[in-house]
Amino acid sequence: MTYMNKTLKEIHTALKNGEVSSKDLITEALTKSKEVQKKCNAFVTILDEVEDCDVTDNLLSGIPYGAKDNYSTKGILSTGSSNTLKDYVPFFDATVIAKLKKAGAVMVNKTALDEFGMGGTGTSAHTGIIRNPWDITRMCAGSSAGSAAAVSSGVYPYALGSDTGDSIRKPAAYCGIVGYKPSYGMVSRYGLFPYASSLDHCGVLSRCVEDAAIVIDNIKGKDPFDMTSWDSQNIHLEESLNGQVKGKKLCYIKEICDINNYPEATDELKEHLENFQKTLNICRSLGMIVEEVSIDKDLLQAEPAVYIVLSYAEATSNLSNLTGIIFGPRGEGKNFEEMVMDHRTKGFSPLIKRRFVIGSYVLQKENQEKYFKNAQRVRRLLVDAWKNLFKTYDGVIMPVGSGPAKHLDGAKDLLTKDTEVLEEHLQIANFGGFPSITIPNGFINNLPVGINITGNCYDDANVLNIAYALESKMNYKNMIAGDVR
Amino acid sequence: MSKYKAVIGIEMHCELKSNSKVFSAARNEFCELPNSNVAPLDMAFPGTLPRLNLKSVHDALKMALVLNCKIPNYMYFDRKNYYYPDLPKGYQITQNTEPVGINGSIQIPYQNKTKTVYIHDIHLEEDSASLEHYFDATLIDYNRSGVPLLELVTEPCFNSADEVLAFLEYIKTVYQYCDISEADLKKGQIRCDVNVSIMDNEATKLGTKVEIKNVNGFGNIVEAINYEIKRQSELKDASRYDEVLQETRRFDEDTGLTLRMRSKVDAIDYKYFVEPNIPKYQITDEYLEKIKAEIPELPLARRKKYIDIYHLNETDTTILIKDKDISNYFEECLKLNIDAKTAANWIISSIMGYLNKTDQNIKDIYLTPQRLKDLLSYIIAKTISSKQAKEIFIKVLEEKKEVKEFINTENCQNSNKDELETIINNILENNPKQIEDYHNGKTNLFDYFVGQVMKETKGKANPLLTKEILKAKLN
Repeated sequence: MTYMNKTLKEIHTALKNGEVSSKDLITEALTKSKEVQKKCNAFVTILDEVEDCDVTDNLLSGIPYGAKDNYSTKGILSTGSSNTLKDYVPFFDATVIAKLKKAGAVMVNKTALDEFGMGGTGTSAHTGIIRNPWDITRMCAGSSAGSAAAVSSGVYPYALGSDTGDSIRKPAAYCGIVGYKPSYGMVSRYGLFPYASSLDHCGVLSRCVEDAAIVIDNIKGKDPFDMTSWDSQNIHLEESLNGQVKGKKLCYIKEICDINNYPEATDELKEHLENFQKTLNICRSLGMIVEEVSIDKDLLQAEPAVYIVLSYAEATSNLSNLTGIIFGPRGEGKNFEEMVMDHRTKGFSPLIKRRFVIGSYVLQKENQEKYFKNAQRVRRLLVDAWKNLFKTYDGVIMPVGSGPAKHLDGAKDLLTKDTEVLEEHLQIANFGGFPSITIPNGFINNLPVGINITGNCYDDANVLNIAYALESKMNYKNMIAGDVR
Repeated sequence: MSKYKAVIGIEMHCELKSNSKVFSAARNEFCELPNSNVAPLDMAFPGTLPRLNLKSVHDALKMALVLNCKIPNYMYFDRKNYYYPDLPKGYQITQNTEPVGINGSIQIPYQNKTKTVYIHDIHLEEDSASLEHYFDATLIDYNRSGVPLLELVTEPCFNSADEVLAFLEYIKTVYQYCDISEADLKKGQIRCDVNVSIMDNEATKLGTKVEIKNVNGFGNIVEAINYEIKRQSELKDASRYDEVLQETRRFDEDTGLTLRMRSKVDAIDYKYFVEPNIPKYQITDEYLEKIKAEIPELPLARRKKYIDIYHLNETDTTILIKDKDISNYFEECLKLNIDAKTAANWIISSIMGYLNKTDQNIKDIYLTPQRLKDLLSYIIAKTISSKQAKEIFIKVLEEKKEVKEFINTENCQNSNKDELETIINNILENNPKQIEDYHNGKTNLFDYFVGQVMKETKGKANPLLTKEILKAKLN
């Protein structure tokens, strides 16, 4: 009998009834971790010994989970999947980790990521490429690649992720699971290794909307250690899942979703967008109103560049603490500059270095107005455009990416410039701090694809309830990689 | 000293008083033991975030108000990015876009007059760690990392080192009066950058500006300025003014010289941008009003009052206002209606002497203004002499007992008229010869009679009363 492929409530009931013990669950999760490690290379650390936890009335108590390796975990290696922190063992827990501990949740492993969350492929971790459990020749997307691979493989019901561009929501789509990024500041970022502070969000990957809601209910809240966090005592996500969505209004953006935007569309893309329309019809069958809206195409097309400028700039500054002086391997050299240069040259992957160069460039005095400040202005325009939609609509519903998981061997995928916005539009939820959730909505070539719903700030319960209702009308809830549906 | 006009501007950094650091919960306290006041943020451990200390913001706004600055509508911070071993995050959180105050001015006392100093801006930031250099290693102490720091930037409105010194001395006392900083130079709580240029007296265009970074101690600042004026003037005299470069120099304490650090060309691009982890918040008028109400009477106002209303002289006034606690003690005395000059004399000659000898603060001594008043009242009532008062003063301080405990028959003056008359009658009866001589013109014998009375009373007879009775009896 396996339990780690079940939902939190099912496992909790089994624990309560004494069918299974927390210890059994840990053994199962650790065994499964080792299998998945061989197949997908999803973890930085699999814990050897894990103490079981008392089962209480908390739905998370006694149940294993995984944490992305960019969360600070006391006494447990936390690398950010970077050589700059390859032996770093923190002496404090991230607020989220501490909250899960208090809830009685049991961390069994640390999942690999694109170095410090920078990257959308799951290929830049210092421990190597992370593979998609549905097809190991394909990527999980990133950066929460290890978390997505583990949850979709049934290692445990959920894992923590972080999301700066679409780092939870895209891997979720590629791996056929749920990825939820709550409103900015709903979950404390204290102890999350920063990538771009104004865009970084903590969040969760799970196999159903209800589990995502339960996890966030446990880790959200105002934290004196994070000034951007806010009081959400009045929000009860799991309790709000009633499936009542009649009359809710959704919209999708013509300039992104219409197949006619893509004259060179591949069959996969055509199928993906057709499938998207089918899902919209399911929404309508639930009594929701779904409408097509238009957004200025020039504005949309500026979006990927805005993300690059803002996130790389913040990253350059945020990761300046990695000098190898206080922590991390000490670089060699005759003086401070040489030691830091050696540490950073050896420690960072080429992708990150490229981002640092761009980030520094756009912040330079003579460039700041043209790049950084303008990017901030366009960010504001995009956020205003979305806020304007939220005056009429409960959410924006959109396809995730241009189809299923891409091949690790990039040559096999045709990338065209015109799908760029389709690939990157989830970043707008980071610009605005909007709650945003991805759920699986079908298969293309036997691989899962996802759909995303994004709503207004603080409206997390509404967004989740819509996703919950839609999920219940489709046949992709609680999928484990390899399932045929 | 120089035939050229010197133009000087100051950047004055002052560490603020607070329980915790400006962005972390570590204690903000001068500590000898290195790396004992450190929170994870102060060493930039991954994932740590800043938590703004509202007391420091409050104090920064208070100082901005004292300096009559324009206050922004929103409080927020910027990152100043650069790599240096004393800066663990790789950036300093400071204020660049909207400092807590801009375009201010303040009157300072200067050579028995006042001078207006113009303030470019004042901003709140965090201090760096401190480095200790040895011949083969450098040690880093993170105790100072994250200590709240106020940087006050003046306009180039000084023309001499003396003016700068007067400004620094005055601002130091203002910090202390407002209870914002201990402003203790010995603890390195004040550090300055100085900008110096020279120009012909009639010229309108400023000369080449040279910055001298991180000068500690007012004496060094004066020395550095004077050296720099001399250096630049000599080059100008020798028609080599083009050798004065826009550059950053440092002051070498051992030689008293300024030495080149880097030229303007190598200036660092700090790549400022708004700190995303501290949300912008509004500074309301009500909040500012509340802070305004807390600003105490400033030393310059007290100075005017002491001179104009209480007619103290310049020297005494300067001594009294220099230390906030002494000035407060004096104010307390005034409130108790102690005569201003008497209070000033007692404070300056007796109390401050005692404080120096015993290394105490005036706030902590047993002789409170009320007790000083008690003591003085016995002098006024002629119960004790001034000399006796000085003795009782020491006893009160050392034995920590009320003044009245020391006023007894032993040390009291005898002012009982009947008793004194009896004593005097006896003396006169026993000295008929001397009375005759006195009446025959030996008037200096009056002192002889006084002496006899003193001898009889062991010096406790009230001298005035004694003289009065004697005069009546003899004439």
